[in-house]
Amino acid sequence: MLRLLKIELFKLKHSRSVKVISSIYFILITFIALIASIEFNFGNIHFRVADQGIFNFPFIWHFNTYVAAILKLFLAIVIVSLMSNEYTYRTLKQNLIDGLSKKEFVLSKFLTVLLFASISTIFIFIVTLTLGLSFSDYNEIGIIFSDLEYIAAYFIKLVAFFSFCLFLGVLVKRSAFALGFLIVWQVIEWLLYGLMKWQFFRDTEIADKVALFFPLNAMANLIKEPFSRLGVIQTAANQLGENFTKDYAVGWLNILIVVVWTFLFVYWSYAVLKRRDL
Amino acid sequence: MENILTINNLTKKFGSLTAVNNLSFTIEKGNVYGILGPNGSGKSTTLGIVLNVVNKTSGDFQWFNGDISTHDALKKVGAIIERPNFYPYMTAVQNLKLVCKIKEVSEAKILEKLELVGLSERKDSKFSTFSLGMKQRLAIASALLNDPEILILDEPTNGLDPQGIHQIREIIKKIASLGTTILLASHLLDEVEKVCTHVVILRKGVSLYSGGVDAMNASHGFLTLQSNNMELLERALKGNSAFGTVKRDGEYLIVYLNQPMDATEVNKLLFEKGVTLSHLVKRKESLEEQFLELTKQN
Repeated sequence: MLRLLKIELFKLKHSRSVKVISSIYFILITFIALIASIEFNFGNIHFRVADQGIFNFPFIWHFNTYVAAILKLFLAIVIVSLMSNEYTYRTLKQNLIDGLSKKEFVLSKFLTVLLFASISTIFIFIVTLTLGLSFSDYNEIGIIFSDLEYIAAYFIKLVAFFSFCLFLGVLVKRSAFALGFLIVWQVIEWLLYGLMKWQFFRDTEIADKVALFFPLNAMANLIKEPFSRLGVIQTAANQLGENFTKDYAVGWLNILIVVVWTFLFVYWSYAVLKRRDL
Repeated sequence: MENILTINNLTKKFGSLTAVNNLSFTIEKGNVYGILGPNGSGKSTTLGIVLNVVNKTSGDFQWFNGDISTHDALKKVGAIIERPNFYPYMTAVQNLKLVCKIKEVSEAKILEKLELVGLSERKDSKFSTFSLGMKQRLAIASALLNDPEILILDEPTNGLDPQGIHQIREIIKKIASLGTTILLASHLLDEVEKVCTHVVILRKGVSLYSGGVDAMNASHGFLTLQSNNMELLERALKGNSAFGTVKRDGEYLIVYLNQPMDATEVNKLLFEKGVTLSHLVKRKESLEEQFLELTKQN
């Protein structure tokens, strides 16, 4: 295992583009902290984002993981290209000839996915903790470390997403096409949902139930949008007579669906590679 | 003899095309093998299969008597196929270090092997800055890192300039002289003729011949003859069972020998029959002639 990871890290270590994109990614995550400094005047009201409670524990775990997860697209580029480059440089073939098995090859890529997801998770944990300790109104240990499920969900979400990217890289062979396919797939999920919701199963819950199993939708559902949970929004909604009764927790069924997809993506990567003549 | 690679009834189909058809041969330790065949005869496909990058359709193959899995066996093999594949953004040394990690061998030999192929001066240059000849030499260095039991070379001089071809050949000869088993696939016959002790000849995925270079043609050579009296010469030849096919080639007669016989003997025999020769040459077919003969007939 360690050998495979070392091989993969050696490939990454010397690639400038990998270093640049990864650095941008981690710098952008730290920029979440900048949200704190957003302030503006709305009529007579002085509005400062940091005062709206978004940096309060435990809500901050939810908020930060949600925002940081959007940035995963940057690392997706790294993952896709680290796979498709093996095709374009024809080094995949050379690696196999040098004595790596196809299983080991896929495993080494998956280990890299796990490593990237772990580093990103640890990173977001530290950033969030620091931000929270600086701005949160509640600083009791018990409150600080509640709702850590979002950190776990963040990790699972990243692993699943990167595995999907890995699979696309294996399948499509070209990074640009693989990333394009990712976008096309998102559109397909929306279209399918739309068709079911407004065409085939009108006025039923079937469309929503089925959509739970779509890979990208399932990943998105792991960490639901946190904005409607904010005090200001809730108050505003109440005044308009609306009432949010949304469940923001990380669902077990959701985790299971995403983990199954992750497994399938990695397995399919192996299966595709195994069948293919290189 | 210790077997390095055994191939049994190997077949590979790409859709309706049969690239390799029921191929069997064995590679023994210490010999230098050539796989000959025109372009598209299945040489690369065969090598691709035993090197784990192409899936076989049927049949099987065994590395080192089948004691270990293919990918572990490949760690003891050095192979270069078609063109050199390395990470362009890494230097020569970095690329070789990576190969060491994959093959699980020590990095101690990197400089020695770079020296062998004459790349020591460029060891810290990026692979992308190399010329094709240098890339090919780096590939050879890479294949030798583990002091392989067998070195597999697929068209190693393809696309190189005469100087590059010469360098690669010198390296191959040097390696062969060290006693390393070599399997060389090529359509360049003189390349094979110069270094190989055994050949496998392929055409359209079928093996036409497999065995020693010497035993490749069972004939005992042929004679090119000329005389003042060609009719008499032809009659004399046809009346003797020592001679086989006789054919005319311009002003000469070409006759194949049915039994070993040297030129003096032939001369004497014909003189006794009243034929005086004005031209007598005895020759064995070159590999090229034998190869063309074999690939044409079938």
